[in-house]
Amino acid sequence: MGVYSTNEIRGGMKVVIDGDPCIIIDNEFVKPGKGQAFNRIKTKNLKTGRVVERTYKSGDTLEAADVIDLEAQYLYNDGHEWHFMCRESFEQFSMNEAAVGETKQWLKEQADCVLTLWNGVPLAVTAPNFVVLKIIETDPGVRGDTSGGGGKPAKLESGAVVRVPLFVQEGEIIKVDTRHGEYVARAKE
Amino acid sequence: MANMSQEQKNDHIDCLAWQPSASIEHLKRRAKLMAIIRDFFAKREILEIETPLLSHASVTDPYVLGIPARFQHHGATSETAVYLQTSPEYPMKRLLAAGSGSIYQISKAFRQGDMGRYHNPEFTLLEWYRLGFNHLDLMNEVDALLQTVLHCEPADRVTYSELFTTLLGINPHTASTEQLMQYVQDHIEITTVDNDRNTCLHLLLTHCIEPRIGRHRPLCIYDFPITQAALAKIRDTENPPVASRFEVYFRGLELANGFHELQDSDEQRERFHQDILYRVKHQIPSVPIDEHFLAALQAGLPDCAGVALGIDRLMMLALHADSISDVMSFAFDRA
Repeated sequence: MGVYSTNEIRGGMKVVIDGDPCIIIDNEFVKPGKGQAFNRIKTKNLKTGRVVERTYKSGDTLEAADVIDLEAQYLYNDGHEWHFMCRESFEQFSMNEAAVGETKQWLKEQADCVLTLWNGVPLAVTAPNFVVLKIIETDPGVRGDTSGGGGKPAKLESGAVVRVPLFVQEGEIIKVDTRHGEYVARAKE
Repeated sequence: MANMSQEQKNDHIDCLAWQPSASIEHLKRRAKLMAIIRDFFAKREILEIETPLLSHASVTDPYVLGIPARFQHHGATSETAVYLQTSPEYPMKRLLAAGSGSIYQISKAFRQGDMGRYHNPEFTLLEWYRLGFNHLDLMNEVDALLQTVLHCEPADRVTYSELFTTLLGINPHTASTEQLMQYVQDHIEITTVDNDRNTCLHLLLTHCIEPRIGRHRPLCIYDFPITQAALAKIRDTENPPVASRFEVYFRGLELANGFHELQDSDEQRERFHQDILYRVKHQIPSVPIDEHFLAALQAGLPDCAGVALGIDRLMMLALHADSISDVMSFAFDRA
């Protein structure tokens, strides 16, 4: 991969910082009237999620990171590794539990997801923004309650626990926003 | 946009790029504010003048870079290197030396490489000079202008030394360069710190001080370190000596820079020479010294103070804009 100069760097670009792949969040040009020019670059580490802001001299370069996103399907986990398949190439990839991280609670077999590869190796997996999943466990709701106020915890077939309105029952299918782990609506299969 | 290919995105951007960067509403409000500014100077009977944008010389400041241009006579085979001005300071002082009296100018200025949220390589500068004023008198007039245009509260005032001592616990005049470098390293996440006094002071100002000052009303910082005197008089009578320079900051923006103007042509030549040596040492392209300007100082510049104020940034403050492009008809990427 090549390098990017500070003046080419835009939000969304992927670079290597301290050996880790990072995504650019913001790049601000800083120059006092009579002083040297700098760029204050904010990045998010794609491995740890940590956000760092660092000041570079204008004209310095950052190494580009070979990071790509693939449309993939979650296949299964064997107790140690989670297995995925690229939808386009049918190539299979596996990741350990730590790398799958929080996303695992949204993954049921055959589910769509996005695999992020760094130098061809899976770095992270992201669930779609909205998923449709079945409730496998929740307390019966109070009779007559039809509002969304209050709510109760419900365990989903993929393992996640979300708050649902009292009227939603065990065995029902619901649509969930995975970014905030929030119930959206009842859904059909 | 998310589902478009890069090519589609480019097409999408291209088909909108003919449009202005600023809204028409912003341009109308900008025009009204410009009228208020001109009225401010008319009431004070300060003469509006114009000076050339294109000059045979440029400024020697190591980090103020002119954009070169080429002039060619019809039919000629050779070209003359010229520069778009970085500010109208030298020709305005030549007018002062020629007996113009107090003057102001609103003109375009150009800076090589400066591009960002608060920078456009071409921008509008308001510059004015007042006979018989020192930097503190002119600071008061800048304050009055800001209150007139922005309807803000009167500015606070603090010396450069008080600012660094209060907020960082550092004396900017007496701390060693090593101490300044250490402070930068300890407080700023930065790749490399140059062994350079002014760069360290600038970093401390932009990173550690600017976010904490001028949030509710403008702040005037005055009496600068002599290493940042630029074209200001140095007062050797102070201990330590200070440069009669001021800057104005408001809501995260460096807005204005003013001097009690240096009149001594020998000292001015020496400062230009030091700038050029610095440029050579740091591999920054050199520029011809403006001999017309030095000759004017030699002939006699009246005692005066001058200030340059970024009009686009002033408009950003007045219109609560996030980016300089929001107050310009066509920012550089659309120019």
